Amino acid sequence: MLRLPNFEVRTPERLDEAVALLAELGEGARVIAGGTDLVPNMKHELFTPRVLVSLARLPELRGIGDAGPGWLRIGAMTSLADVAADARVEQHAPALAQAAGLVAGPQLRTMGTLGGNVLLDTRCQWYNQTYFWREALGFCLKKDGTLCHVVEGGSKCVAAASNDTAPALMTVRAELVFAGPDGRRVTPIDDLWIADGIANKKCGRDEILVEVRLPHSGSGHRGAYGKLRDRGSIDFPLLGVAVKLELNTEDAVADADVVLTALQARPVRIKRASELLRGVRIGTEAFLAAARGVAEQAHKQAHPMPNIPGDADWRRAMVPVYVRRTLEAAATRAGPVHAV
Amino acid sequence: MRVLNLLINGDRVEVAAPEHWTLLEVLRYELGLTGSKQGCDKGDCGACTVLLDGKPVLACLTLAALCEGRAVTTIEGLLPAHVKAGGTGPDPVQAAFDECGALQCGFCQPGMMLSARALLDRNACPTRAEIKDALAGNLCRCTGYTQIFEAVELAIARRIGIEPAPRAWEAQRMPADEAERRAREFAEARERQKEPR
Repeated sequence: MLRLPNFEVRTPERLDEAVALLAELGEGARVIAGGTDLVPNMKHELFTPRVLVSLARLPELRGIGDAGPGWLRIGAMTSLADVAADARVEQHAPALAQAAGLVAGPQLRTMGTLGGNVLLDTRCQWYNQTYFWREALGFCLKKDGTLCHVVEGGSKCVAAASNDTAPALMTVRAELVFAGPDGRRVTPIDDLWIADGIANKKCGRDEILVEVRLPHSGSGHRGAYGKLRDRGSIDFPLLGVAVKLELNTEDAVADADVVLTALQARPVRIKRASELLRGVRIGTEAFLAAARGVAEQAHKQAHPMPNIPGDADWRRAMVPVYVRRTLEAAATRAGPVHAV
Repeated sequence: MRVLNLLINGDRVEVAAPEHWTLLEVLRYELGLTGSKQGCDKGDCGACTVLLDGKPVLACLTLAALCEGRAVTTIEGLLPAHVKAGGTGPDPVQAAFDECGALQCGFCQPGMMLSARALLDRNACPTRAEIKDALAGNLCRCTGYTQIFEAVELAIARRIGIEPAPRAWEAQRMPADEAERRAREFAEARERQKEPR
């Protein structure tokens, strides 16, 4: 049995009230959305806030709709199940719909929110453990300790970014809207990340993610998500691959993007993906060859750490396989790639 | 402590519980509804699945303080709801699990049946793939899942009034006359081997 430490729950009904509450309480408060990441972490005493500020009653954070011409907005409190099932998300960002539909299992997708998945804490098998377990090893860099158990003598935390939706949002150049004490700020999701496992996001403790905005896509947009995990039903990714292809009227690639997750502290964009695929028509031998080229490049860039389940060498060997399969799936609208 | 007003299995319940308790703790330790199981207690196994406003969620990760005014269905509520709706006996999902032997230790069964109930409420005739998806968050370490899927299919077949597909153990069972024929052939072959050439 895992008991939660003591805390108090606040349920503000206005966004400015919630922001003010966070500013007033400072370090002693944390935001709770779906709770599917926060609650297990609190049960493991990774966080022991005095107050939890719930976003459940803030209407601005809900729903999927238009955000001005050419943009789709998804409220941060929209459940992953709703994101996965929404026809507009499927139309404008198929990789996002597929990624949201592969997060954990059905109950957790009903509870968990898009905002929560974007702001998911990094994961490491030396960190996501009970207090008793962590104490027995003298703790670690990320929490309460000074040693890294993954990299001998390491001074930088390498806990892995494990959010499925983040790479998918990066491929469609999504923007995040935060509300804070100084008003709202809009940031491209690419600018959110820091390559540091302790805190891999530039987001203040008194800021609340309000919504995610996606640009509308044209008829040539193709996207897919590939996910490697041990148990197909419930696990975090051992590797996540998000792919975007923009096709011209001749079905040739005009632009492409490939972003991987679960390899290091932040999602990784594969270099030269667009360059390698540009001008190649889908469904041809040349496309398969170009996809293999991108897969090779991904293999060069991928250096998984032995800090999440699955042998690190095997996870690295799976990188080119999943990149190639996900590119092919995007081209033929056959995603997601999920073998288990 | 916080006083909560919940709609548990159709009954309005007022219950006082510590602010930091989960819905599962309130159900089990305040209300005595121990049908929802405490398994991993961190959101992996699905044994604590309950329906919150009709949707399956994990009670071990749901803060009770955030359930104010919401409708919770636990395994204890399935039979009364079925009877109230004009049925007799247990919910058809429960009856099908019983008939198909869709359990061994039984620990996962309440969560499994609630996930199945929620699926049948939103989809009258799901396929085997849809059943697998809907039950993906409920782990069973005994049955190998086959009888569980067959139980859900039996409940569907009953509801839409068709003959259920043969169960795996029925399909694999050899008819008695076939078994006898093979035994006789085998015995004859051995006899032939013994005979001097």
